[in-house]
Amino acid sequence: MKTEPRPLLETVSLTRHFRLGGVFSKRILHAVDDVDLAIGAAEIVALVGESGSGKSTIARLIARVYRPTRGEIRYHGRPLSAMRSRAEQLEYRGHVPMVFQDPYGSLSPVYRVSHGVLRALKLHRPALAKSAREQVAAELFESVGLSPGREFLVKYPYELSGGQRQRVGFAQALACSPELILADEPVSMLDVSVRIGVLNLMATLRRELRISFLYITHDIASARYVADRLIVMYAGQIAESGPVEDVLAHPKHPYTQLLLSAVPDPRAPISLPASSEVAEPPRVVSPGEGCRFRARCPFAIDECSVSTPHLRLLRPAHTAACHVAASDVADLMPDTERAASSR
Amino acid sequence: MIAAAPVLEVKELSVEYQTDAGAVRAVDRVSLDVAKGEFLGIVGESGCGKSTLLFAIARLLTPPAEIAGGSVHFGGRDMVAMTEPELRHIRWRDYSVVMQSAMNALNPVMTIGAQLRDAIEAHERQSAQSLRERSEQVMRLVGIDPVHLGSYPHQLSGGMRQRAMIAMALVFTPDLVIMDEPTSALDVVAQRSLMLQIKDLQRRIGFAAVFVTHDMSLVSHFSDRLAVMYAGQIVEIGDTRAVFADPKHPYTKGLMHSFPSISGPKERLVGIAGSPPDLLHLPSGCRFHPRCPSVMPRCRTEEPPFYQQDGDLVRCHLYDR
Repeated sequence: MKTEPRPLLETVSLTRHFRLGGVFSKRILHAVDDVDLAIGAAEIVALVGESGSGKSTIARLIARVYRPTRGEIRYHGRPLSAMRSRAEQLEYRGHVPMVFQDPYGSLSPVYRVSHGVLRALKLHRPALAKSAREQVAAELFESVGLSPGREFLVKYPYELSGGQRQRVGFAQALACSPELILADEPVSMLDVSVRIGVLNLMATLRRELRISFLYITHDIASARYVADRLIVMYAGQIAESGPVEDVLAHPKHPYTQLLLSAVPDPRAPISLPASSEVAEPPRVVSPGEGCRFRARCPFAIDECSVSTPHLRLLRPAHTAACHVAASDVADLMPDTERAASSR
Repeated sequence: MIAAAPVLEVKELSVEYQTDAGAVRAVDRVSLDVAKGEFLGIVGESGCGKSTLLFAIARLLTPPAEIAGGSVHFGGRDMVAMTEPELRHIRWRDYSVVMQSAMNALNPVMTIGAQLRDAIEAHERQSAQSLRERSEQVMRLVGIDPVHLGSYPHQLSGGMRQRAMIAMALVFTPDLVIMDEPTSALDVVAQRSLMLQIKDLQRRIGFAAVFVTHDMSLVSHFSDRLAVMYAGQIVEIGDTRAVFADPKHPYTKGLMHSFPSISGPKERLVGIAGSPPDLLHLPSGCRFHPRCPSVMPRCRTEEPPFYQQDGDLVRCHLYDR
């Protein structure tokens, strides 16, 4: 993996809190806390974690659905907060579109499936004439595997299968020559036999159009299949980050280890542990200091309840936020060193 | 493996939905049996009829769905012929059902304890004391602190709600527990933990289980036998490990090449071309033939029967000899 001088998009101490209850409530939900991540050009980064770990909130922050409570998002080195004009914001939204989880809920049943693509083209490329727009839309449909494109343009959502609808979602995302597509669980609602086709589509778009992806999923196996880098979230923070094969072969954070041991893998030898870990989701309401995984962690030490661990470089390009995890790098960095997820 | 008379015997069971466009056969001549204490996994994609099959077995179908033929013998009695009062008598006591979404299956305005009490009192009159003891006992069985008998469903995590559902299903130590994707709303860690717990309870209590899921890999370590459904029919049924080690039906093979693995070499997967058929317009001959990579001329016209192959039953002409 190349270290780029300036990533396509990076987040710096990205934080988003939600107040629970009334205006005077002191209960603060820490959805995302101090997340530093970077996505390079033509790179697929997978963000994995359980529900409530903050992975979708990160996508929404990057898509500007939410404003960060603290921290910054930089696109081509430029902070999003500095984008004031409507033209600039429109351009950003065109270049960093989102593909949603639910292909049944994200297309309006009363419009033809080309509606979204045509609208996007009209808004973002006003110079195009109507016939040219339709031509471009047909080409976009073809590029996501909806062929012949002209025939698909006039169909209604109910005429398409789940996999085809999700391809329409990708065609919409492609309408404004994107650089980074935020894909929030794009295959989790699809049938097993058609999922892989959508994952392959992401790989093709990256290879041929050099589009980057932030692939949000709870399925580590699919993350391994398409992504270059893996970021594991736990309770709103990054637990571990690194090249996908390295993280899977040498998981450093105890949570990553737990997650990997829980993935059902028919190719793995059949062995059932005697006892089962009773898994409870983490508490992220006013969490205070300390590692958020400590209550479930078999390796927790006193330090873990006193201070929040920061990401440390433990292997080449591979970081984990854990006080206990051992480093495999010869020149051990001091604990206080904060290594950004992308170096 | 287990020789005794089966707990559940389903023969040529068909279910139809009556629609404006005509009868849609969602389950077509399905036969299977489940031995005492056995764990049968049923896998298939959405719309393949797996949930409808479960509902038919449990006699929970509501119009427009109805059983169009076949029989379901449970403990030697034909459930299809049973009347609603007869069913009410054995339902929950002899067999129980765990639904997919605990959030929808539990009553949001009743405590877990009150819902358990309802289920128990529907079958037996009990003293408050023994009711309480019984409830606490099943809660401990599934690993929930009995203080949560006083909790409402929204106060529990997703995993605890599913375990509470299982506690309810086990309150009369039934012979058969029918489960419809009980883990699909859970995260992998919670899912694994629940599966281990179900398996452990099954070993201790000895109930037979029919477990429906869309996630083939999930049951790979847990079920004794596996049935694969496609477009309303079972296309392959056999020993789980044998099916995984050597899938016979082209559809099963395709499914096996559809999900990536976290171990082993990284290979490009292709999935299965096309998408599952619309039950109103089923393909002629073998229902899988438009998507099948090994399609032969006879597949287009002639519906394959079950062929025996290495102890498995496969509905595919490739195994005709």
